[in-house]
Formats: sequence, structure tokens, C-alpha cells
Amino acid sequence: MATTAPTTAVPPSPKARVAVWKFTSCDGCQLSLLDCEDELLAVTEQVEIAYFMEATSRQLPGPYDLSIVEGSISTPEQLELIQSVRAQSRFLLVIGACATAGGIQALRNAADINDYIRVVYATPEYISTLATSTAISDHVKVDFELRGCPINKMQLLEVINALLNRRRPLVADHAVCVECKLNGTVCLATTRGANCMGPVTQAGCGALCPKYHRPCFGCYGPKENPNVSSLANVWRSEHGASTAHVSRTFSSFNTAAPAFAQVARGNGTVNDDE
Amino acid sequence: MRTSILAAADLDELIQSLKAAGYQVIGPVRDDAAVVYDDINSATDLPRGWVDEQEKGHYRLLPAGDDRYFGYTVAANAWKRFLNPPRKRLWRVVRQDGKLQFIPESDSAPPLAFIGVRSCELHAIHIQDRVLIDGAHCDEGYRQRRRHLFTVAVNCTRAAATCFCTSMHTGPRVELQSDLVLTELLDEHGHRFLLETGTDAGHRITASLPLMPATDDDTALAESRINIAREQMLAGPRQFDSSGIHNLLFSNMESPAWDAVAERCLSCANCTLACPTCFCFAVEDTTDLTGDHAERWQRWDSCFNGAFSHVHGGSVRNSTRARYRQWMTHKLAGWVDQFGQSGCVGCGRCISWCPAGIDITEQLQAIAEGDAS
Ligand code: SF4
Ligand code: SF4
Ligand code: SF4
Ligand code: SF4
Ligand code: SF4
Repeated sequence: MATTAPTTAVPPSPKARVAVWKFTSCDGCQLSLLDCEDELLAVTEQVEIAYFMEATSRQLPGPYDLSIVEGSISTPEQLELIQSVRAQSRFLLVIGACATAGGIQALRNAADINDYIRVVYATPEYISTLATSTAISDHVKVDFELRGCPINKMQLLEVINALLNRRRPLVADHAVCVECKLNGTVCLATTRGANCMGPVTQAGCGALCPKYHRPCFGCYGPKENPNVSSLANVWRSEHGASTAHVSRTFSSFNTAAPAFAQVARGNGTVNDDE
Repeated sequence: MRTSILAAADLDELIQSLKAAGYQVIGPVRDDAAVVYDDINSATDLPRGWVDEQEKGHYRLLPAGDDRYFGYTVAANAWKRFLNPPRKRLWRVVRQDGKLQFIPESDSAPPLAFIGVRSCELHAIHIQDRVLIDGAHCDEGYRQRRRHLFTVAVNCTRAAATCFCTSMHTGPRVELQSDLVLTELLDEHGHRFLLETGTDAGHRITASLPLMPATDDDTALAESRINIAREQMLAGPRQFDSSGIHNLLFSNMESPAWDAVAERCLSCANCTLACPTCFCFAVEDTTDLTGDHAERWQRWDSCFNGAFSHVHGGSVRNSTRARYRQWMTHKLAGWVDQFGQSGCVGCGRCISWCPAGIDITEQLQAIAEGDAS
């Protein structure tokens, strides 16, 4: 899993040099970049892909104008690698719930890692891991975060585009609800009593799940100024949800995002009546 | 004004007459879980036989038990979506040989006809006119759509629990000008509409319809049906004296009620986006990868979003308390200073569509109870 970052300097290139890095993750966010089929050609005309193991074995050494980082920090090797990536990168963009909040694997943060290792691996003694899975920003300075599990490829293109054109990326931090209303999607919370996380979750997906009549499960993590305890209270008092259900719903891809963690762990300001 | 009777069976002829005249006809349709305004082709698209049950943070569609077309009250979305779309491009610019060429947007969309506009909604459209046409910066696209708009208003014969147009003096009877006004009548004499024709355009559209003369009994029945809706609201918990709200709010800017509501409010913006009068938008610039093509877009925004009040260095309304207070004081008080009337028409959407079930009329009451002056 650990990759050694190339460190030799290269002659300046007229194109922006981009590196894509993987830490602890499922690769889904990196795939979003390859998924930009129609736009990929245009992107490669503007940038040089210097390092992207998922796509090519060509490895050009740093420094890089832009490093795109997927995944969380969960092994001792990664603690070092992320420092080296940061040192070689002018702009550090982290993508996805793993890189921005620790990912689903951060469920371990509230449990005993050795219990998990014993249950999952036949030979636990070969496993070298950290007790927690943490966001990239817990370790190095991050220039921009793109949320989602996985990210929205249009948002990724927008950030690359904005960087190339030296403008601010159009990435909103308001609630998913705003996208529902813009789309004209009828609200699931008020018409069905659905436990929809949209009111506390950051937009960016285009309110994808409600569009298909599924409540949002928060894969973009907390919006700015989220009122998670109020939403949990509504679910419990108006929708009849149990504390366990509320806690489970918040215990997913962004379980370790501070605003979600308080409810995921069944404490915080939520009344515990069970 | 001419008053006549249109048989319910002939309602479709009205829709076809509008289509034949070149209008894009928009009216109520039944989405999965709510009545929404959308394109309609014929009377069969209308939510016949369905009524809405609305309460705080609650909306359900229920079978009406009769065949009325307009038994529901106001739809989930407001008409503003068609007059002032949620996203619209303002202009494009192309860079070629070092020169910039700006390309304005041209609006070649057909004129709009709205079927089923309620009295409160007609007021809301007039309120948006004050902002988007009469203000210092006229929105030309809005003005064009508005100028050619044809309205078929409907008098409410039933109020939802969340309706309070009687408190805001905006209904339930249609009093603002509308090309046509319908009152739905259903009794032992049959299913029909009392049709009032208020404009020349209305006369042209109805000229070919099989209309019958209205009797005094029909007119009296229509009034009594509208009275049912009025009485429902007068007897409900959302009836109040709205005359002193402006001073009440502005003299209670530090009321503890703002702190209490901020505990519950999610700052999710649903209320503002559902409200038929809220008009705020953000302006966003985009480019293509080469930077040779750029576009400027306008999209709905809300004072509940942090970026809405972002000035150099950050947002000036970071707390939910500040945002809720902005919404309520602007809607009910600041609006009066800016545009000469309240920004609330009492449609109740902000109450039904709030996922936290926050009720603007209850908040008013809470402020009145703690009134410091
Ligand atoms: S469906 Fe969910 S995301 Fe959409 S408006 Fe309702 S609460 Fe918000
Ligand atoms: S609606 Fe919620 S869960 Fe679904 S993609 Fe968007 S943020 Fe993720
Ligand atoms: S403030 Fe609420 S009740 Fe008043 S017009 Fe807006 S949505 Fe309707
Ligand atoms: S209440 Fe808020 S969103 Fe609505 S018009 Fe006023 S400032 Fe704009
Ligand atoms: S009042 Fe309700 S709808 Fe409006 S922002 Fe607060 S929680 Fe959302």
C-alpha cells in the first residue's frame, strides 16, 4: 500500500503537472477522474499527468503543481508519505469522504482496533496499522477539499478548471436541500417522514438520492453551520426513530467528521431516552 | 367583467384554447407525493380528486372523495420557478485573437399561461414584480415573461391548515386582476365553474368556449364556497392581526425567541426557496478549461446559506440565529420599508416544507409574547 514518492526535480514544463495519490480508500474517487471520458482529452491537453498509478505506470518525479489525494491516513507509512506529497505539491486537493473525514474505515476510531483485526484477518500479526483512520487535513495543510463518496466528477473538473484559470472554484457549502429545491424535487422528509440527512449535508451531488426517492445518507459530509442535534431530535420526536437508528445513520462514510461524530456515537446534545 | 358558467367536462377546451393561442400551459399535476406546477397538455393532467393535508413540516396527498379539480390548496413549488427560473444564463463571452466578444442571452420561449393561480399567489407575483421590474435594476427576462403571462386564477373553496391569507389580507377571494378567474362548483346541479373574464385576452381565449350564462344562484353558491375557506382560516390558530408586525419585529431584535428558534432551525434554506416571494440569487462565473469561453449564470440563493452573506474575509451571518432573524425580519418588516408592503402572502409553504417544522406564525407569537417594548 505504501508508495515511495519520487523526489528528483524536473525541468519546468509549460503544462501544469498533476499527480494523483492513493491512501486508504476504495479507488472510487480516482475512478471519477478516469470517468471524465468526454472531458479527459481536454484535461490532458492542459495538464501533464506526471504521476497517476491507477491510470499509467509512468512515474515522473515532483514537484507537482497539483496533487490530488484520495484516501485516509491509516498506516504508519502513510504518515510519512503524506508529508512528502505535501512538500512536493504547490496545490493540494483532497478528494472524497476518506480523505476529507477518514471514510467508513474511521468507524474504528470509536472502537478497539485490535478487536477488528482479530475478527477480520486470519493472521493478525502481519497487520501493521494505526488505531485510527484520519483525514488528510489532520496531518498536513490542505488547499481544497472535495466531498463525496464518491466525489462528483463535474466538481473535480471544476476545481481543475478553476485552478488553471486562476479563479475560485464554484463548490457550494450549503445544504443538499438547496439542490432539491433548485431541481424541483419534492421533499421526502416532509411528504414521507423520511430520515433524510440533506438538511445537514453539503451539496454537490445535485441532490442525487432524493431525485430517485431515496433519502440522503450524508455522503458529502456536514454542510457549513450544520445543526445535527436538531435534525436528530426531529427524527426521534416526529418520525419515531430510535436513538440506535439515528446513531447508525450518522455512522457511515463521514462518521468521523466532527459534526456527525457527536450523533454517530450517540452522545452530543441529543437527548438519550432509550 | 363578464360572468358565465363553464361545465367541468369542458375545462379541457380552455386548456386547448390556450395552447392553440401559442401559450405554454402550466398548471397543477400530481407528482409522487405532492401537487406541483408543471407543464400540462390537457385536463386529464390535473390532480382531480386529490386534496393536500398540510401542517408544520408535513405534507400528504389524500383522496378527496369527490371529483374536484382544484380541491388541493397551493402546490409544493411556487410559480416563481417559471417566471424567474432557478438557474439561468445571463451572458456568454468568447475570447478570440485576444479580443472578447460578449453574447447576450435572447429569450425566445413561448408566452406562459398559468392555470390554478390562487389569490395569495397572484399577490406573490405582484410582489415579485415590484422587486424585479419596478426596482432600480429591471430583470428584462422576467419583465418579458411577465408581460405576456396569461393567468387563470382559482378561488379557494377550502383552506389548508397552514394557510393564513386572511391574516395577510391576500385572499381567499381573487381580487387582483387576472385574465380569468374560476370558482369550482360541485352540487346536485352538477360539476361546473363560475368563470369571470377580466381582460381582453381573457375574452379572446374564452370566445370559442361553450359557455352558459351564470345565474344569481351560481354566484351566491360561489361566494358561499369561498366563505368556507375564509371561515376555516378565521377559526384556525394562524389568524392574527398583522398590522403591527413591522414595529414588533424591529423593536425586538434581541428577543430570546431568536435564540430558541435557532436551536431548532437547520439553516437548510427550504423555507426561502419554497416561498413564492423570496427572490435572492447568486451570480456565478464559469469558464471552459482553455479559458477562451466563459459564462455568467444566476441561481437562486438564500439568506440561510453562509456564502450569501460572505463579504471580504468571511460571512457576516455565521450563526443560525442571525440567519433566521434576517429571513423573518426581511420578509415581514424590512420588505415593507423596501417595497411598500409585506413580503408574506400567507401561503404557508415555509411552514409545510420546513423539515424542522418551524412555523413563522408561531415565531411571531413567540416574539409578541416576549415583546420588550
Ligand atoms: S428530500 Fe432531503 S435533501 Fe431534499 S429537501 Fe427534503 S430534506 Fe432536504
Ligand atoms: S444525496 Fe446525499 S447520500 Fe446521495 S449522493 Fe448526495 S450527498 Fe450522497
Ligand atoms: S413567508 Fe411563508 S407563508 Fe409567507 S409567503 Fe413566504 S412561504 Fe408563504
Ligand atoms: S428572506 Fe432572505 S432569501 Fe428571502 S428575499 Fe429576504 S433576504 Fe432574500
Ligand atoms: S426555518 Fe425550517 S426550512 Fe427554514 S432554514 Fe430553518 S429549518 Fe430550514
